[in-house]
Amino acid sequence: MSGLVVEMAAKALKLNIPLSVQLDLTYRCNERCIHCYLDHDDHGEMTTAEIKDLLDQMADAGVFYLTISGGEIMMRRDFFEILEHARARTFCINLKTNGVLIRKKEAARLRELGVERVQISIYSHRAEVHDAITKMPGSFRQSIEAVRFLRAQGLRVTMANVLMVQNSLDYQSVKALAAELDAKFIIDPTITPMMDGDRSILNLNVDQATLQGVFRDGALVGNVEEFCAPPQNVDEEALNMLPCSAGHTACYVSPYGDVYPCVQFPLPCGNVRRTKFVEIWRDSPQLKEVRSITLRDMPSCSQCTHGATCTRCPGLAYLEGNMRGPSSQDCEKSYARTGIPSENYKARHASPRPLQSLNLVQIQGLQPAVRNIPAKMAEGIEASV
Amino acid sequence: MRDKPYVARSTMIAARALGNETMVMSATDSTLFTLDEVATVIWEAADGATPLEEIVRNRICAQYDIAPEVAMKDAQTLVEGLADHGLLLLSDQPLVPPGSSRGEAP
Repeated sequence: MSGLVVEMAAKALKLNIPLSVQLDLTYRCNERCIHCYLDHDDHGEMTTAEIKDLLDQMADAGVFYLTISGGEIMMRRDFFEILEHARARTFCINLKTNGVLIRKKEAARLRELGVERVQISIYSHRAEVHDAITKMPGSFRQSIEAVRFLRAQGLRVTMANVLMVQNSLDYQSVKALAAELDAKFIIDPTITPMMDGDRSILNLNVDQATLQGVFRDGALVGNVEEFCAPPQNVDEEALNMLPCSAGHTACYVSPYGDVYPCVQFPLPCGNVRRTKFVEIWRDSPQLKEVRSITLRDMPSCSQCTHGATCTRCPGLAYLEGNMRGPSSQDCEKSYARTGIPSENYKARHASPRPLQSLNLVQIQGLQPAVRNIPAKMAEGIEASV
Repeated sequence: MRDKPYVARSTMIAARALGNETMVMSATDSTLFTLDEVATVIWEAADGATPLEEIVRNRICAQYDIAPEVAMKDAQTLVEGLADHGLLLLSDQPLVPPGSSRGEAP
């Protein structure tokens, strides 16, 4: 991040401004990815008018970076109407899509509207592997065509490669394909649980050896020695660290209006159909609790040798049952980077219980009358290694 | 510059007030800028219908202790810089259609 971006984020934190929001327009999708944790049925999406009103509220609250995602965003017939409204409110907009419905005309419209970047999930350079993951024949061809249409318009494109058992050998070729198409490449090595607590898809996660290979690939991580360096001491400064931007300068809004600290942190904080967005952001007891947590407040992680340098995701920790606890998937990553196991990692691997069977939190939606469970959120988590 | 007194925010930007500053990003090349308090006043007033001189007189000189000629010179430098980056449009004619309301600042 540039110094200016860091400076802005610090100022937003000080002023309690939600600088960054991910808004999922729908959980419906034209693909059925094997690692997706969404319930694709429509349980009562916000209407066009509700979304436009929400966008106005978010602009007034100071939201600058707006990620529009799903589900597949273009499954909504009013997608361009919503996007047009969002651009009129001068958001900096990133789109996440599978690209299947983006043809020349749609790409041109996205360009006209001044979209900042479009992220498209590409799982493999081999059509048969990509299509087997999306369960949609022809999806690889269509997604790659979308990348070409977008690039032809001069739009910035990211090809996001979610790493799993099925495509673990392909990421370098996908990276090469991205370079050929003049697109940015990011890789995400973490498959996350379903939002209803079902952890069965964690079986798709790559093994330690593959993770170690990714983390030692200089073309991906830059300076390998630095990236895989042994952990630093947990000092006073580290103990006062905030875990991440979730709930601090960022949050997530589902297609049903539920507000969470992050797409990957399904702690219900309010619903914009009942409460103004800014009131949820400012007054939600759940968000206040999230904001109060520093490394010092995490009994296990504050004592861990990786405490100061871990990529611990509070949302994944919450999904394991305790937002102040460790995130076992990040313990795996810390071990893959440094070769030094955390206490949690050692305990987990000494235990006969597989990662998939850890205790689950029961996630309750805020509007049980509308739906029981806030389904899953978004395909692949955006987190480059 | 004086022959192009009308200033309007480009539509190919992202922008948001952050405290008493404004962050502006060019949608063309993703360059990010921050405008300080005084520049923010000009940015917010750049509706395409109000001449820069009027903005400086009514919004800057009325609020800040600065000589009009100095304020105007600084304002011209600012808007030319922003125009060079495609963030502002400069024109010798009003940049909003007759009868339309003045643009809302982000």
